[in-house]
Amino acid sequence: MLNDDVNEKLTLEVVPEVASTHRFQWEEVQDCHVIMYPEGMVKLGDSSAEILKLCDGKNDVGTIIKLLNQQYPDAQVDNDVIKFLEVAHENGWVKYK
Amino acid sequence: MKTDGSSTNKVNPPLWLLAELTYACPLQCPYCSNPVEMANYKKELSTEDWIRVMREARKMGAVQLGFSGGEPLTRPDLEELIAEARQLGFYTNLITSGIGMDEKRVKGFKEAGLDHIQVSFQASSADLNNFIAGTDAFEHKLEMARAVKKHGYPMVLCFVLHRQNEPYVREILDLAVSLDADYVELATTQYYGWAFHNKEYLIPTREQLANAEIVTKEFQEKLKGKMKIFYVIPDYFEDRPKKCMDGWGAIFLTITPDGLALPCHAARQLPGLELPSVQDHSIDWIWNDSPDFNKFRGLDWMKEPCRTCPEKEKDLGGCRCQAFMLTGDATNADPVCSKSPHHQELVDTVEGIGKIAGTPELEERPILFRNMKNSRKIIKGESESELVK
Ligand code: SF4
Ligand code: SF4
Repeated sequence: MLNDDVNEKLTLEVVPEVASTHRFQWEEVQDCHVIMYPEGMVKLGDSSAEILKLCDGKNDVGTIIKLLNQQYPDAQVDNDVIKFLEVAHENGWVKYK
Repeated sequence: MKTDGSSTNKVNPPLWLLAELTYACPLQCPYCSNPVEMANYKKELSTEDWIRVMREARKMGAVQLGFSGGEPLTRPDLEELIAEARQLGFYTNLITSGIGMDEKRVKGFKEAGLDHIQVSFQASSADLNNFIAGTDAFEHKLEMARAVKKHGYPMVLCFVLHRQNEPYVREILDLAVSLDADYVELATTQYYGWAFHNKEYLIPTREQLANAEIVTKEFQEKLKGKMKIFYVIPDYFEDRPKKCMDGWGAIFLTITPDGLALPCHAARQLPGLELPSVQDHSIDWIWNDSPDFNKFRGLDWMKEPCRTCPEKEKDLGGCRCQAFMLTGDATNADPVCSKSPHHQELVDTVEGIGKIAGTPELEERPILFRNMKNSRKIIKGESESELVK
């Protein structure tokens, strides 16, 4: 099954991780990060890629937000991170540990 | 959008490399899309050739790699090819019947870096599955599907649908649930290769399709977020064609077992193609500059009614192979389109089959099973009616 935990709520304590069935990598020719899965691929924008880079199965959502806010002090990323992770989870790209 | 197919314009790189490693296969599916003359094409590319093809395609930007066939498991160098593909950064898909695999090999592929395994089934019951496959394959397929899950792969189960198994879509989806599939592909038979010869046996009825659609929707709702189910109604029941392969020479690059480069796995049968070989040309030249890959690229090749059609960018005139098979000219509009002068003929054929479906007149006609013996007979021009298994 894609997601055993579809109904799980996203909180600041959740630890997201790129699903082991998916691959997240940089593509030189496309000039962007992509997420790959059986017979398909999605190109990612820069901010989505920055979030996924931090989904290493160690950082919780709170930490990811904190790190990104440090990295980009002019942006308030809180909502963007939550929104992106919800979509990523729904699509099966990330699992909540 | 660029509308010119000439190579002076920038052509997007291929994203998908489909490596048809072999035409050998222990199964005999009558809907197989391999060419019926396959017995003529027995010389397979070497390991070194395949590695070069993969390197060149990857360098151009290809990301998805499918190992298919025939049955790719018959290649003893499959593990080596997987390892090379993974090391190059491809997402590697193995498209298999499961016959020729055991759990040890499933594990070995994982160690080599294989990302995903797609297992095909012919039906949801052993009897029908084994009849269509022409061999006792069902139990082993179940076992292999379980092994695929056990070793942590994402699993796609693929069922090619036609009149004989279309009534069992519910059973098919129940089977997929019980095997814990991540994705289910309910694929439509496409009428080239062996399927063309067996179309009377395969074309489903309108009622079957309507029912399958209802059942599929029910499962899609129920399994939202757990299992993805792909089901597309065959386009010959509609009045606009599909944008075949996402466009000619747009995304897909297929290499046949004997090394020909094709814009689509069925294109080998199209007349007027030069069929460049990877043994003579670089992938770069084939993709960007070869006459074949530019032949139906973009919109410039179109005739009426497509040329002046406001919808031409949407479907690019449909499938070139379908146009050729059904109208005799690959530059015609796909006859699925109601604007095609050949559309009515297609509707009549499909409806005609629907009317006599289930009667002995139709159901007891001989089936042409896909095997090398029948292929040799076809090459020799023996009459089709003698070609029973
Ligand atoms: S469709 Fe059937 S016969 Fe053809 S290659 Fe696949 S498993 Fe073999
Ligand atoms: S006429 Fe040609 S381009 Fe227009 S909808 Fe039909 S197939 Fe597509």
